[in-house]
Amino acid sequence: MQHTLEIKDLHAAVETKEGRKEILKGVNLTVHSGETHAIMGPNGSGKSTLAYTLAGHPKYEVESGQALLDGEDLLKMKPDERAKAGLFLAMQYPVEVPGVSMTNFLRTAKTEVDGKAPAIRSWVKDLQGSMKKLRMDPKFAQRSVNEGFSGGEKKRAEVLQLELLKPKFAILDETDSGLDVDALRIVSEGVNRAKEDNDFGILMVTHYTRILRYIKPDIVHVFADGRFIKTGGPELADELEETGYDQYLPEGSDSESALA
Amino acid sequence: MAEKTTDSSASAAGTKQAADVEMSQYVADRERVNEDKIKQDDKIISEFGEYSYGWHDSDAAGEAAKKGISEEVVREISADKHEPQWMLDYRLAGYKAFLDKPMPDWGVDLKGFNAQDFKYYVKPLDKQAKSWDDLPPDIKNTYDRLGIPEAEKKRLVSGVAAQYESEVIYNSIREDLKAQGVIFLDTDAAVQQYPDLVKKYFTTVVPVDDNKFAGLNTAAWSGGSFVYVPKGVHVEIPLQAYFRINTPAMGQFERTLIIADEGSYVHYVEGCTAPIYSQDSLHAAVVEIVVEKNARVRYTTVQNWSNNVYNLVTQRAYVKEGGTMEWVDGNIGSKATMKYPACILAGPYAKAETMSIGFAGKGQYQDTGAKMIHLAPHTSSTIVAKSISKDAGRSAYRGLVKIVKGAEGAHSSVVCDALLVDDYSRSDTYPHVDVREDDVTMAHEATVSKVSEDQLFYLMSRGIEEKEAMGMIVRGFVEPISKLLPMEYALELNRLVELQMEGSVG
Ligand SMILES: Nc1ncnc2c1ncn2[C@@H]1O[C@H](COP(=O)(O)OP(=O)(O)O)[C@@H](O)[C@H]1O
Ligand SMILES: [Mg+2]
Repeated sequence: MQHTLEIKDLHAAVETKEGRKEILKGVNLTVHSGETHAIMGPNGSGKSTLAYTLAGHPKYEVESGQALLDGEDLLKMKPDERAKAGLFLAMQYPVEVPGVSMTNFLRTAKTEVDGKAPAIRSWVKDLQGSMKKLRMDPKFAQRSVNEGFSGGEKKRAEVLQLELLKPKFAILDETDSGLDVDALRIVSEGVNRAKEDNDFGILMVTHYTRILRYIKPDIVHVFADGRFIKTGGPELADELEETGYDQYLPEGSDSESALA
Repeated sequence: MAEKTTDSSASAAGTKQAADVEMSQYVADRERVNEDKIKQDDKIISEFGEYSYGWHDSDAAGEAAKKGISEEVVREISADKHEPQWMLDYRLAGYKAFLDKPMPDWGVDLKGFNAQDFKYYVKPLDKQAKSWDDLPPDIKNTYDRLGIPEAEKKRLVSGVAAQYESEVIYNSIREDLKAQGVIFLDTDAAVQQYPDLVKKYFTTVVPVDDNKFAGLNTAAWSGGSFVYVPKGVHVEIPLQAYFRINTPAMGQFERTLIIADEGSYVHYVEGCTAPIYSQDSLHAAVVEIVVEKNARVRYTTVQNWSNNVYNLVTQRAYVKEGGTMEWVDGNIGSKATMKYPACILAGPYAKAETMSIGFAGKGQYQDTGAKMIHLAPHTSSTIVAKSISKDAGRSAYRGLVKIVKGAEGAHSSVVCDALLVDDYSRSDTYPHVDVREDDVTMAHEATVSKVSEDQLFYLMSRGIEEKEAMGMIVRGFVEPISKLLPMEYALELNRLVELQMEGSVG
């Protein structure tokens, strides 16, 4: 099935100590099933804000614009309804939930997203299989959600959820950051596997180009100061590799050209 | 709804690695727990938001009983029980201590409390029932609804004590334990049948004048359990006591004495409920426990009094060399609770733990904590105190860790976690520490957290509805305590907490 995610002129703000601050300043993007979009941009440009706003984090207030999944307005839905509609966000900083075991959490999530409990036999097999391929110790299933996980372990756990929940669109918010080369490969393979199985659309937010060696983007966007300012093919990533983000930063900003 | 578990191991072809097998068993176990939970949730929803123990039975004995306490009342109670003189003497000394001791001016609000407002001695039956069927239909029905006879029938317990108002109206113990010399009786019967044992230990752990309410209990006590576990005997399945108040303005003053002789083990579990009335009731128990050398006692309370009960309880254990005492304390109900289970670590290598969870909802004040008194070298104590406050409920952790000079190598660790569900609730910590020895290790950790928006969002972003997400977070918070409880109680605690949490998401 072909699905479409459309973001139209999206403006969003956050309440800060210094007052209301507009962060998303007119975001436009269309993603179809099977496409991988890389979203690259300097720190602080609003990439995570875009991800959170699409997923419905209560901190971020939509001022105007639309986000439609197959024509349905995501912005009117609660976060759980967006997940049920087929949106998944792998977070930059996954949250710890003490006392809630991973298995209990995963099974509850799977049951909610699918609208029915998974058949026990295939579920156990899927869970074990995915964990094994992500090189996660089976013991992780018994641990509390993200509690005491290292940065890399948290990212693997996010990809595990992506594999199990099978969304229509996945936003990966810096799923590559903080990973060493091996972990990066394992995590990337996980994403690619999930995509082969389900052919979802990917919005891959990243600061660095190195993940693009493993997950090949169809389209590369440059995101700066709350909106997309340039779109191109994979070659745009190579160009960024060369030149960094300097040219996209507002005048007088610190340069942030550390591309790996 | 969840599907039924079928054979979950049949899927693998060829040989599986041990870890995989372990994993699949584990997962299958969790599935089952999860399914139980889903069933439970349905039950919760059907019982939505009500205190489910609020019924009351017909009440001739309660209506006939008079209110108030005096020396005359104390003498009458003793006479009615045909007690020996020494016990009457204790009662009179207790009454004097009650009069002399000041009302606590800290902790919960006791301004509206008047000791003359309560009925001190309500005797629902002339004598203890030999079987559940001997009970008046009303009362039997109450225990059926609480599920006690069924638990006994299923042998989920080693013995049952059911206290109704002032009296233990039913008491049983498994024959095999009895044959091994285990004594499990109501304390009144123990005074008659084992006067020497009772006399030897009574008030040795909680002195007559320990505090105002311990004094009142000593004066007016009735019921409670007497437990003696002989040397080396392990009572593997818990002894279960159930305390029920039925009449309005009742004062329940059970007195429990547990003696675990050398190398023995026993787990005593008590549950408490009462009807909802506009008049307040009072529950002022005293629990004394003696843990002899290398013995181990666990005492678990799941207190779910209705919100018109003052729960002012003194619990203390005296732990000898190498002994272990564990208090597991769930305070869900009551109007106001003051309760600080204490351990006196009197012999080297004695160990103690207090694990408590308090829930303070609307109009409730849970002032709870623990006391650990280290008197000997290499003693260790652990306190884990968790509280949840909601709808302007108040909870406080009040603790004392005392280590005397000479208690070398003593170790103490205190962890207090408070969870606030909204902006109107309150949690305070009063950790007192008095250490007179240099060679000790101590750790103290206190956190106050709110159910975080980020946690809720994280779970919700995985498709989990807000109410369920909140439930998961709170169950997770309680989990370190609930996993210590016997299965039925763990489910009960989760259920209670979730009932209390109803309406907190909005
Ligand atoms: N919850 C928040 N409260 C206050 N400021 C925020 C919040 N979230 C984001 N911001 C601000 O919005 C801007 C964009 O942040 P973010 O979306 O995290 O950027 P990126 O992911 O591109 O690095 C930053 O200036 C950041 O400080
Ligand atoms: Mg970011």
